[in-house]
Amino acid sequence: MTQYLSGILSLGLIYVIATVGLAVFTGFTGLFSLGHAAFFAIGAYTAAILTYFYGVNFYLALAAAGVMSGLVGFLIGYPTLKAKLRTDYFAIATLGFGEATRVLLENLSITQGARGLPGITNYTTLPVIIVIAALVIWVAWNFVHSRHGRAAIAIREDFVAAEMMGVNIFIGRLRSLIFSAACGGIAGGLFAHYFCFIQPSMFTAYMSTQLTAAVVAGGMGSISGPVMAALIFIGVPELLRVANIWRLVAYGLLLVLIMIFRPQGLLGYREISLSGIRDFFARFRKGARS
Amino acid sequence: MNSLAMAGKPTEVLELRGVTKRFGGITACKDLTFHIREGQIMGLIGPNGAGKTTAFNLITGVYGVTEGSIIYNDQIINGKRPDQIVRIGIARTFQNIRLFKNLSVLDNVCIAVDCHETYLLGAACLRLGNVRKREKAIQEQAMEYLAAVGLEDRASVRANSMPYGYQRKLEIARALALKPKLLLLDEPAAGMNPEESLELAKLIRILHERFRLTTLLIEHHMDVVMSLCEKIYVMNFGVKLAEGSAEEIQSDPEVLRAYLGEGYKRAEHP
Repeated sequence: MTQYLSGILSLGLIYVIATVGLAVFTGFTGLFSLGHAAFFAIGAYTAAILTYFYGVNFYLALAAAGVMSGLVGFLIGYPTLKAKLRTDYFAIATLGFGEATRVLLENLSITQGARGLPGITNYTTLPVIIVIAALVIWVAWNFVHSRHGRAAIAIREDFVAAEMMGVNIFIGRLRSLIFSAACGGIAGGLFAHYFCFIQPSMFTAYMSTQLTAAVVAGGMGSISGPVMAALIFIGVPELLRVANIWRLVAYGLLLVLIMIFRPQGLLGYREISLSGIRDFFARFRKGARS
Repeated sequence: MNSLAMAGKPTEVLELRGVTKRFGGITACKDLTFHIREGQIMGLIGPNGAGKTTAFNLITGVYGVTEGSIIYNDQIINGKRPDQIVRIGIARTFQNIRLFKNLSVLDNVCIAVDCHETYLLGAACLRLGNVRKREKAIQEQAMEYLAAVGLEDRASVRANSMPYGYQRKLEIARALALKPKLLLLDEPAAGMNPEESLELAKLIRILHERFRLTTLLIEHHMDVVMSLCEKIYVMNFGVKLAEGSAEEIQSDPEVLRAYLGEGYKRAEHP
């Protein structure tokens, strides 16, 4: 049982890492991506190939996964963001990028095509994931609370005004994209060494949508919201395994309910803080008394 | 006459030479030619649709010019991106307020203060070195600019929850935080009653002197324009109609006919 729970938690936290990256891109910079599974996949394959074929140290491979995904993020972001694609067009471009990446992985020889890579060494353990997830959350938090993060937020809020505040929109968007791609890559590297087997069909548009859905449901402009949402999105379907056929229905219902009752997401433009929790309970108590 | 102009040869901060902007078949601005001297407050007036805001958009790089050149401190700036133009010292406010609505009043100004901040991304992400100290300094500076327009006690309020007049002042504070030499104000008194707009005129005068600005002002409240501006440039249908001092403009028959109205008489000012 504990092993089962730690399994869910591991997978949940791997998703948290990718989701936090995407939260910086979507929640703070205001661009939508429907292809972030590609960065996840690139990270997974980079790390796996390095440890599997070349015997590279796991942590180095993980770093390489982040760098590789970030680099691909730069390559895909440079033309699309330079052309100032509107947010919806940009989303379509990322959708194409995600599918193209998957097809590429299915046809390259180093990735062993659709057969995938079996027998990757299991380096990813729960403590490793916890430490890395905490680190990524901390870095993302620092990022959005710095001048660079404020520039990203300004772009999200009003890019014309942001430009008039001396913000270079192209650089601001590209920076967030690279950051989120690198987070996705690291998550992918962990994922590969957790399941010990990867194949291209794991990284479909479904995964991309799930990541974006976690950010939106968790709340724009928040980090703790998407963290919670990512854990819920991984946890709930697992808990509902007993009612197997109803799983996706419950998942869909959850999304619809969030959009109806909290269109701003669980924690739109807010974060969990101790003082916030205290205020909430204080209000709750006051409400109960009156 | 202000002290700067007396000190020596007056320098031109901004100069437009034959600036023309066409959108397809429509000529929004035609052959605009004027200059502003250091320390001046200049008014840009004219009926709606005369091309005043277009002129602002050309100066700030939102639109590219079709013909002509815009010179700022002996440097041609047309063709530069808006964020580059801001960095060399031209800031503006918007006619239809463009605040970062969901952010706090303080954060709105912080984003502007950031314009001249230099700490790097890596240091920011890992909170290395003096990032914490720099962040504190940014907030303190932002508070100073808020205090300059009288909004210091509203720092933590969400920007779009404030009344309209305060939002206008916040826009001015945000523009000042960019440390401009040339400030472009696009209808700062729009939607204000005569009393409020005169109060705003006083504030603009104070800020103009305190921050040693050169100011270009678009405004429809004539009492604001006439009380502030040493020089006025009148536009109509994208072209220059008249140029001169407040007195000259008020007695110009063309301006009276096209914009001020035949019955216009100068209001009394304190």
